[in-house]
Formats: sequence, structure tokens, C-alpha cells
Amino acid sequence: MNRMRMTLRVNGEEQEVLFHSYKTLLEVLREELGLTGTKHGCELGECGACAVLVDGTPVLSCLELALECEGRAVETVEGLQQGADLHPLQAAFADLGGAQCGYCTPGILMTAKALLEKEPHPSRERIREAISGNLCRCTGYQQIYESIEEAAKRMREAA
Amino acid sequence: MSEKAKTRFEVLGKARRRVDGRAKVTGLTKFADDIVLPRMLHMKLLRSPHPHAEIESIDPGRAAKLPGVHLVLTGKEFPVAYGILPVSQDEYPLANGKVRYVGDPVAAVVATDEQTAFAACEMIEVKYRLLATIATPEEALATPEPRIHEHGERGNIHRLQAYEFGDVNAALATSEHVFEDVFFYEGNTHLPIEQHAAVAAPDGEGKLTLWSSTQVPHYIHRALARALRMNAAHIRVIACPNGGGFGGKCDLHNHEIVVSRAALRLGRPVKICLNREEVFYMHRGRHPVLMRMRTGVTKDGKLTGMHVQTLLDGGGYGSYGTASTFYTGVLQTVTYELPRYKFDACRTFTNKPPCGPKRGHGTPQPRFGQEVQLDKIAEHLRKDPAELRLGMIAKPNSLTANWLKIGSIGLEECIRRVVAQSDWKNRYRRLPEGRGLGIACGAYLCGAGLPIYWNRMPQSGVQLLLDRSGQVTAFCGATEIGQGSDDVLAAIIAEVLGIDPYDVRLVTGDTGLTPVDLGSYSSRVTVMMGNAAIQAAERLKAQLAEAAAEQLMIIPQRVAFSQGRVFFADDPAKGMTFAEAVVFAETKFGTLGAVGSYVPPRAPGRYKGAGVGPSPAYSYTACVVEAQVDKATGWVSVPKVWIAHDIGRTINPVLARGQVEGSVYMALGEALMEEQAFRRLPPKLSGALVHKFPSLLEYKSLTSLDMPEVVTELVEYPDPNCPFGAKEVGQGPLLPVMPAVANAIYDAVGVRIDELPITPDKVLKALERKAAGKNPRVGPDAFPQVPYPKPMFVPPPWEGGDGNEVKRHDAAAVV
Repeated sequence: MNRMRMTLRVNGEEQEVLFHSYKTLLEVLREELGLTGTKHGCELGECGACAVLVDGTPVLSCLELALECEGRAVETVEGLQQGADLHPLQAAFADLGGAQCGYCTPGILMTAKALLEKEPHPSRERIREAISGNLCRCTGYQQIYESIEEAAKRMREAA
Repeated sequence: MSEKAKTRFEVLGKARRRVDGRAKVTGLTKFADDIVLPRMLHMKLLRSPHPHAEIESIDPGRAAKLPGVHLVLTGKEFPVAYGILPVSQDEYPLANGKVRYVGDPVAAVVATDEQTAFAACEMIEVKYRLLATIATPEEALATPEPRIHEHGERGNIHRLQAYEFGDVNAALATSEHVFEDVFFYEGNTHLPIEQHAAVAAPDGEGKLTLWSSTQVPHYIHRALARALRMNAAHIRVIACPNGGGFGGKCDLHNHEIVVSRAALRLGRPVKICLNREEVFYMHRGRHPVLMRMRTGVTKDGKLTGMHVQTLLDGGGYGSYGTASTFYTGVLQTVTYELPRYKFDACRTFTNKPPCGPKRGHGTPQPRFGQEVQLDKIAEHLRKDPAELRLGMIAKPNSLTANWLKIGSIGLEECIRRVVAQSDWKNRYRRLPEGRGLGIACGAYLCGAGLPIYWNRMPQSGVQLLLDRSGQVTAFCGATEIGQGSDDVLAAIIAEVLGIDPYDVRLVTGDTGLTPVDLGSYSSRVTVMMGNAAIQAAERLKAQLAEAAAEQLMIIPQRVAFSQGRVFFADDPAKGMTFAEAVVFAETKFGTLGAVGSYVPPRAPGRYKGAGVGPSPAYSYTACVVEAQVDKATGWVSVPKVWIAHDIGRTINPVLARGQVEGSVYMALGEALMEEQAFRRLPPKLSGALVHKFPSLLEYKSLTSLDMPEVVTELVEYPDPNCPFGAKEVGQGPLLPVMPAVANAIYDAVGVRIDELPITPDKVLKALERKAAGKNPRVGPDAFPQVPYPKPMFVPPPWEGGDGNEVKRHDAAAVV
């Protein structure tokens, strides 16, 4: 089977990667680049666990061919923290119960990051809409909303 | 004073980031599928396309020759039957001549990658001889042949249980009112977002390590040794943090055995990760249960007796089914005063994925029936349903009719809180047409009293190791499935030793390193691990206090531990750091370590079968649901839920609230949409019984857009059997939600839906019946003839006896 050689820009770092052309971005991130922070729950675009940002927009990495990501900026949960400092979303999710088992968390963090970059002060309703494609079986979502609201507040205060 | 009875806390009760919180938000938590080892191969399973068939032949020939394939395994490799319960050893890792549901594994391929393994699976040729398929419990009762299993009671009946605690017929005959209802609760599945994964690898000495998404590493360890016919000392099971469990990762799964065998055969690591469709086949979820409930009530609204009959659809294997069957009967007695009680339960085999434990294990189904029936009783007696319940709450420190020992009960306060918060008195029966309120309650175990295999050893053990740097390491077999067991362990140790919970290093869920804890099921971890942790920490504390006292020239009883310091209680300036105290203690006593363990109290019931139901304590919950019903479409939405849970003592309110709200979320799914449903293919396509929705998209669950606001109240009635009084919170809060939804729908539009899930079609049908002047109810009409045995008769505590069975003709004498 043909393998592709390509340069992917993930979390600001360019990496050369060799992979079978049928592989999804999810598979290349997890299996070729060792970035296992991005999760999978269905590989069919149903659960949102695999959401990453491509050029700042949330995409389901299980439905995106890695081939299509050449030259685009891919962001994963591993790229959220700056040095030792957690991103405000990460800190709020950890503090306020936004993460229970933690499996859907990376996908929700990335989706929320895209939301807050566009809308620094989203309503509860907008947050509900934004993460409606990310299934969480643990929390009942309330502590996720509160985490996103708290992060938005901390980010506005820091700005 | 023992630590357990302490009431002022430094760690407990404060909202904190969980100790494993940072790893979860950075993507560093290592779930089973995140494990990658050098030379690792990948495995896939070939699964049966038929629900019931004999395997005439399996020819792996071409698959084995495909480049990249390392191994093909079939049932021949696995002659030993296994099963999670000692009484149901009826599964084979790969089919041993027979398949019992669509998805039953038949063969396995190990290859360099998943793609190759998939391709090779399709090359395996299996010839099946199809057998008649049994789709429902009713069919199972009516079709004794062909038998799905040779074990069980008879025909396709797996289990029959019947118990009577006092003469219920006599109680009902003299009751002013007797209510009889039939309810149905459809099966549903756990749907953890993490698909089950397992990695097996031989280590340098040829011993096996299995990393798996499991809630029960100890049980897996035992069962794996038996299934592989291997020395357990050569097997190490590591429970990775689970990406959600909810009971679905409590079985020894066939893939765990097969992947282990493959790794041992090949001498290198092998991984399997189920895809979502396979997770639906693995199932072990909520049993579909048909129930009949006959309840006697006085004119003032006191219960006189209750007779519950249940019929369970068990699916293709035993799994935890024997226990599930008991659980449909045993916990009806712990919430309200019930003088006499009787239950008959029957589990049947059908050709569907096996059912097992899901959050609430066997109790949400009868709880639904019981609480909806109470709503009907209240209406009939013209009583407020909240007041009716307040008038019959079980007494603390009492025995139930079936000899369960209840400790603390905060249910009255729970009811009062949700009534106040929801403005029940002004809004119930007074909201505009289409909108309504419903109330219900529930109670749950804080740990099953007995392990699943008979022994009197501790059910949880904690080992502590003190490094001379002051570092405290805790070892415990408990398993982090998202609920926060690691946080509970760290918090309790920190509370006793006066240190920061984030300074405790944790090693959990690893049978090679940690003392046994039976696992994350039956809401047992906080209570059992917590008690073991207190004991271990108190033992260390005694040594530290003695060494510190010597240095401070005071008596050990006056040594205090707080905020990382060890000091003279009467003069806090006189003291030392915790690390300094450790150095003095190690100098005095040698290497420092301690163990603690926990065995639940013996249950008072002595009859055969009394082992299911007892618990060190019971948690209590009350819930009010507001429902909005669209009369044109039948669509039910839930704008708000108020829930109060008696947690005994809150360890970390952030996590406790998360458990309550997560329970409400899962319960609303069960109430309104989630169903593990099956359909028959048309005859030209084999007529097979197939899963209707083996996908996340079609198996409907709530999204963030469907989830209502939840008002959570934690009520604290500490139980003396529990660590600092802390009871469970992971399962109990689910129980009252489903019936509260049904009761709210009745308040909204005056129709009774006695069947879950309450989908729009059922609401519309009931509304049509109402409009036509018929009984505005949708639900099962009849309960089939089930050959329940003559019940074991045990007089309740207040009718004499000693908790043992008495022969029926003696019963009159006892009464």
C-alpha cells in the first residue's frame, strides 16, 4: 500500500510524517505522531471525542483525511498549555468538574477554545449549541458549561 | 476518638480540583488504547452474523496466509468455560461450537495492523447450522427447546427466585386498598465514550501483563488465570483509567482472554480496541424487565404489603444475571416502611447480547414501577404524593422486612428540600395544561455486602508507604473510572495525616502492586476503600505521633497533625514539619509502612439468598422533575430537575455534584429515549434477530441541547459504618428520576406511560386514548404465566424468627 510523506503543522511544530494515504487525521495524530491526547469514540463522526482544530475551526479528526491537512494549522489538546501553565479552559475544567473520566474532555476543550476565540463572552445558550456535537456520558454537562464560563471570565480578565 | 467519627475537616467538604484533574485536561491520562508498546500487534475478532447457530466448521486457511497475519485463533484454543459469577460459567472466549447472539465472537486474527486483521477476518470461512431464535422472555418461556444453554433452571429459564417475608396475601386481603400495576422497562446500554480496549504483553520473565479498560481488575485477574489455565502469580492486570464505565466494564470480556492468549503465544504485545458497533454487542447493560406490582395500602396511606414479580430478558449468557435478578427484588424494602414483602423473579435466556449491571444494577426497573404506583396511590387517596412519601419513610437504624439493616436516612430532608426548591406546593397540579411536576424517591447500596465469590477476606485493602522525604504513597486496587476514586483515596489519607491531598502519590488498580479492592461497582469504593484507608493512615499516624511526642517531650495523645505539620496541640508553635516527623519515626521504628483493610458487617438475614441486598449503608435521594409535553407531537422536554441526595458526608463537593448531575443526565436518557432494541430481519435475509441501533448516532442519548438545568442539594446524614460518614453518590441519584419524569407527564397531560422509554409515539397514543374516553394509559397489558417456585418463607423481624427460613406450616406459629 502506498505511503505518503508529508509535512504536518501540529501545535505550531512542523513534522514530517509517513503514513498510508487512507489514514484519517485522527489515526495519524495518534498512531504516527504519538499524540494520544486526541480520543476516539466511534470513528464515524458521531461523538465528537476526536475534535481538533484545523485552521482554528473544530473538525472531527476521524472524518478528516490527514492528506487534506497539509499546510494547515492543526491544534490538539497537547498544544493547549503554555509551558507549565494550563490554558484557562484546562484549569477551569480541572477545578470545576468539567472533566470526570476525561475521555471526551480533549474534544470539548478544543471545541470550547474555538468558541471563545470567536466569542469571548458567550451566553449559556451559545455554549450549549457549540458543544452539542460532543457527547459526554459522565457530567450531565452543567459543570462543563460552568467551566467554559469561568475560563471565558479568566481570559477576559487576563486580556 | 476514632478518625471515622471526626466532624471538623481540613480536606473533606471543600471544593477542590481532583487529584488527577490535571492529567485529564492535558490529554496525559493514559487510557488502554493510548498504550503503545514496541513490536505491538493488533487483533480483531470475527463475530457471528447469526443470533443462534451451531458452528459446523471453521476454516481459517486463507486468513492465516495473508501477508501481515501472525496468528488466527478459534474456539479450539479455549476449551475452558468462564463467567464472571461462579454460578454462571457459560461463556467461551471464542465460540465453542455454538453462537448465541449476533456479535458473539467466533475467531480472532492478530496482524501487524488493524486493517490487515479486518481483511483476514473476512477470509475465515465459517459454516453455521441455524437454530430457532428466541427473541423475548415470553418466547423463552414458551419455547423450552432448543435450549440456549444446558445450565439454568429448565428450558430457557436461567434463574427463578421467590421469597416471602410474612404472609403478603393475608396482608393484602385485609388492606383497605390494593393496587395492581404492570410496568415495562426497556433495556439500554452504558455507552461509555471510551470503547473497550486491552493490551496484553509478556514481560521479560514470560509473565503476562494485561492493561485493560476494566472496572474490576481483581475479578479479571482471578478469572483470567482460570480461563488461561495459568498460575495467577504470573498474571498482572492493570486497570487503566476508564473512559466511563457505568457497569459496562465489570465482566471478564472475551477479548481480554483472547488478547492475552495471543500475546503469550506470539511472545509479543498485542492490542485490541473494540469499535463502537462491537461495544454494543459487548453490552452487559440494563435488563429489559416486565414487572407486576401488587401493593396494599391503608386508607391513611401506609403500606401494608407488597408483592413484586419480575421477568428479565437476560440475553445470551449468564454474566451477572443471577445477581441482577435478585436486585430486581431486594431493595424495594429500604425506602418506606413495608410490613410484609414478597418477590418472585425470573431471568430468561434470549438470543441477544447478554445483559448485566448498569448504574443502579437491577433496581431502577422496579424503582420505576414502585414510584409510579405510589403516584397513582396518592391520587386515589387524594393525598399529595410528597406528603404520602413523607408519611411512610423507613426508620433509621432499623431492619427491613427482608432483614436488611438500615443505618442513617436523610430522605425526609431530601424530600423537604426538593419540595421547597421546586415550589411544589404552589405548582404541583396547578401548572398550565402541558406542563407538570412529578416527584419520586430512591435508595441504593453503599457497596454490596458480599463479594461475587465466597470468602471472608477484606473487600478492600490500602497499603501506605512513607518515604523519608515525607512522601506518602498509597497502594490500593480501587479503579478510577471517572468517578473520582483516586481523589477519595488521597483526600481521606490527607485528612487523617494532616497533609495536602496533592502530596499523596497514588498507585491504584494494579494486581501486581496493589492490595485487593474488589473494584468500582455497587457504589462500594468510597465506603470500603475509605474505611481501609482510614485504618492504614491511623496506624501510621500512631507511629508518627509516638516519635514526634518523644522529640517534643509530650504524650503522643497531644500530638496534632495539620497543614503538613506535626505539633503539640496545646502549643502549635512547638512542632515540626510532617517530613521531619517521618524522619524521627523511621529512625525510631525502621522503614515505615502500614496496611488497612475493610470487611463489611455481617448481615442479619440468615436465609439462603440473604447475601444480595445487604450493604454497610444505604443512600437516599428525592427528585422533582418538571416536564413539558407537546400535545401535537408527543414530544416531552424537561426544563428543570431538582434533586437532593443524602450522601452521608461530602468528600469533594465538585465531584459529588458531578455524580448527581451525571446520574440525572443518564436517567433522563433512560426515561425518554435510550433503548437497546432489536428487530428481526425479513425471512429472505435469514430472519435473524439483529441490533436495531448499534451506533452512537441511532442510539439516542441526550446532548447538551436536551439537558435541563439541575438543582442539586447534598444532604448529609453521616452513617457510622462509613468513612467520616460518607455514603455513595454514583448510582443512587439515578433512581428517582425516571419515575419522576413519568409522574410529571401525568401531571402535565393526564396520561400514564407505564413503560420506559417514554417516546413521543407512546405519549401520542395515550393522548389519543384519553381523547377517545378510554383509559389514558400506555404500557404492558398483561403479565405472562411464569413458573415461579414456591417462595422461601422468612418471617420479617417484627413477626419473630431469627432471619432464617421457616417451613410454611410453622409460619402461623411464629406469627
